[in-house]
Amino acid sequence: MALDEIVERCQDLYDDLDFKYIKQWKAAGSGRKAIGHMPVYVPREIVHAAGMLPVGILGGGDQLDVIHGDAYYQSYICRIPRSTIELAVTGRLDELDGMLFPSTCDVIRNLSGMWQLKFPDKLVRYFDVPQNFDLDVGGVFYTRELQLLRDQLAELGGREITDDDLRASIALYNENRRAIEALYAYRSAQPGQVPTPEVYLLMRAGMILPVDEHTRLIHDYIAAAKAVKRPVRDNCRVVVTGLFCEQPPLGLLKSIEMAGCYVVDDDFMLVARWLLEDVPTEGDPLKNLSDAFITYSVETSCKYVPVREDKGKFLIESVRRNRAEGVIFASPSFCDPALLDRPMLQKALTAQGIPYTAFKYAENSGQMQPIREQAGTFADSIKLWSAA
Amino acid sequence: MNTAGTNPGDVQKEESMLLQKAMINANYDALSTAHEDGNKISSTFVPGNLNELLMCFDFVRNLPEINALQAGMRKKSGAYIMEAERSGHSEDVCTYVKTDLGMMSKGQVGPNGKPLPTPDVLLLSYTGCFTFMKWFELVRDEYGCETAMLHVPYQADGKITDNMRQFVVMQLKEHVIPTLERVSGIKFDIDRLREYLGESAKAEDNLVWVLQSAKNKPSPIDAYFGAIYYCGPIFSAFRGSKETTAYYKALRREVEDRIEKGLGPVTPEGLLDEERIRLVVEGPPNWTHFRDFWKMFYDEGVVVVASSYTKVGGVYDFGFRHDPEHPLETLADYCLGCYTNHSLPSRVDMLCNYMDEYEADGFLVNSIKSCNSFSAGQLLMLREIEERTGKPAGFIETDLVDPRYFSPANVKNRLESYFQMIEQKRLRPEDRSAA
Repeated sequence: MALDEIVERCQDLYDDLDFKYIKQWKAAGSGRKAIGHMPVYVPREIVHAAGMLPVGILGGGDQLDVIHGDAYYQSYICRIPRSTIELAVTGRLDELDGMLFPSTCDVIRNLSGMWQLKFPDKLVRYFDVPQNFDLDVGGVFYTRELQLLRDQLAELGGREITDDDLRASIALYNENRRAIEALYAYRSAQPGQVPTPEVYLLMRAGMILPVDEHTRLIHDYIAAAKAVKRPVRDNCRVVVTGLFCEQPPLGLLKSIEMAGCYVVDDDFMLVARWLLEDVPTEGDPLKNLSDAFITYSVETSCKYVPVREDKGKFLIESVRRNRAEGVIFASPSFCDPALLDRPMLQKALTAQGIPYTAFKYAENSGQMQPIREQAGTFADSIKLWSAA
Repeated sequence: MNTAGTNPGDVQKEESMLLQKAMINANYDALSTAHEDGNKISSTFVPGNLNELLMCFDFVRNLPEINALQAGMRKKSGAYIMEAERSGHSEDVCTYVKTDLGMMSKGQVGPNGKPLPTPDVLLLSYTGCFTFMKWFELVRDEYGCETAMLHVPYQADGKITDNMRQFVVMQLKEHVIPTLERVSGIKFDIDRLREYLGESAKAEDNLVWVLQSAKNKPSPIDAYFGAIYYCGPIFSAFRGSKETTAYYKALRREVEDRIEKGLGPVTPEGLLDEERIRLVVEGPPNWTHFRDFWKMFYDEGVVVVASSYTKVGGVYDFGFRHDPEHPLETLADYCLGCYTNHSLPSRVDMLCNYMDEYEADGFLVNSIKSCNSFSAGQLLMLREIEERTGKPAGFIETDLVDPRYFSPANVKNRLESYFQMIEQKRLRPEDRSAA
């Protein structure tokens, strides 16, 4: 598939706020079910093993007119829950047979209760992940929670989810994570060849396409991107962080690049990059998923960092590994986890002499000029004044 | 004016309030001199506050939320918040956190005018509020002190599962207790814990009796503004102590006395002499204008007969008591049962129950900008409760300790309109016959 075709397909999926793809997918086989999930992390392997389609619900973006959703939230609550409710009450999520709400923050947590009240006939699960990272404590709790999810999905699907089903799904998601890491590594090596808005669209496609199809699409994209010649600019290399839940408008990402920054790492759609290594496909699959979560998952503001000195280490490692020259903190307005975390991360960066800038956005932010100016000034200051 | 018995400018205080004030002052004094006295200090939060456990290690107990609300009542929080914002904390985030951080950077002066020393351990009981986790990461970053994390799972399906309980107990055994032993140098004694838990249960019995006294007409208590004082000892540094048991006995006697005499609640301006409207209130109060806020209610003869905020440090009125026979399990159930750890449907059920049991005329939400744990979803809760009970619901917005978010004229206007709506609804023939 040609590069343009791939990007166009991803763009079409991104633009489709009616989630028509779910309907098509369900129509292609009898008894098929789809399960929605909010950011940041759910073990999609279990949903897949149940024969169901996991669908990332990431709000309504900047093209959705939120009319009903605003009646559910006060002005000081972030935008993603109100646009998500809008999607639901306008029937756009009717094809979903259930929704998973991970333990991202109090707003997403409470949204699970709102779903219970509004959609009593659907499967609704608040998905608690441990903040204790001892395999014998948090690990045991989490394995049992995984088992509960397995049981709930088996009941909904009307069939047992076997260990072999789970192992096969784990293998597919391992491949998907490897493909994504290859994509990110390629962008980091040659950011001029891989514009971040395209990476973003590819990642978004993975929120709705079946995992094997998404893996193929990424490989196709990398091959197609390598085949075209794109101009190399004298941009500075930045890591953007803070965008793990409510998503930035695509225009924001374009603005950052237009302002003279190459994004060499990010935390978009962390669900797809949450586990940092392959999950073993031998042995107890749920324990393997649990152990992976406990021992090698990303650091993000929804997770407790048990050791003070480790705070910000993950971000600093990303800066070093990707030879970034600075960090852009882009966080949604009213996002408690990201905004409370930010001063600690900034302090850690300062201690390492890594420059940063910070701004806020909402998924429907329309005015990009201030962001372009800020990112441009940041890029200029790095190019002109940084020690390197 | 519906109050009687005091001269203008005098603030009426109940005997139990004075008793409590003495307890709080003594605790702040103990905190101020803890290190000189050879004692260790713990910091922890109100929801999921394991006071009995901390007492087993002789910690002097500090609660940053209480410090923040005290700063709010003493009109100091605004400056603390701005100090925190100047140092890089977002204007969007919790003002309790920013008050605490601003207070730290201004010398951590307690309500007694003396500096509060650095805590020796942070007990991060992560119960019903995501922000707690970030708050103590920030405090740990500042102080570098040891932190014991206790993750309390959320009761999303309205029940405590064995997995949840076992997880909390395992964390207590494997992490929290060993950390407290190490920091304090005192070995854990489970019988000592049982003794404190026994005292807690006695105090809880009397607290519940007092809260449920609001079922009387007129109610002898205000179950929001007044009950915040009543919950003080049990929600903070005192649950499990004999003085707390004594406090709740005294409080109960006071309330019994008012019931016998057919009296209403004590307000800062004296006894409320006419109960016109009975309300159930959801959400925390505003602390920066606490008295002005309360006055907007009692001036109109409005009494709060039940509230959710008085359950934030523990829900006792549906039967839970600390159980000395199962000390760690009961601590787990306590943490799991705090109000904001309940799902929205459970909260709606609880509030509908209050509307019915306490024969309330209306339901009011005080929505707090700082507190997503409470606030996210409250507009849907309001509609559900209005629909289920048929009683009018009202909605106001304030903040905990940020004076910029308390607009007295707006709040008063809204409340007065709401109270008029309740009275108007009473006059409708169909509502009169239903009553």
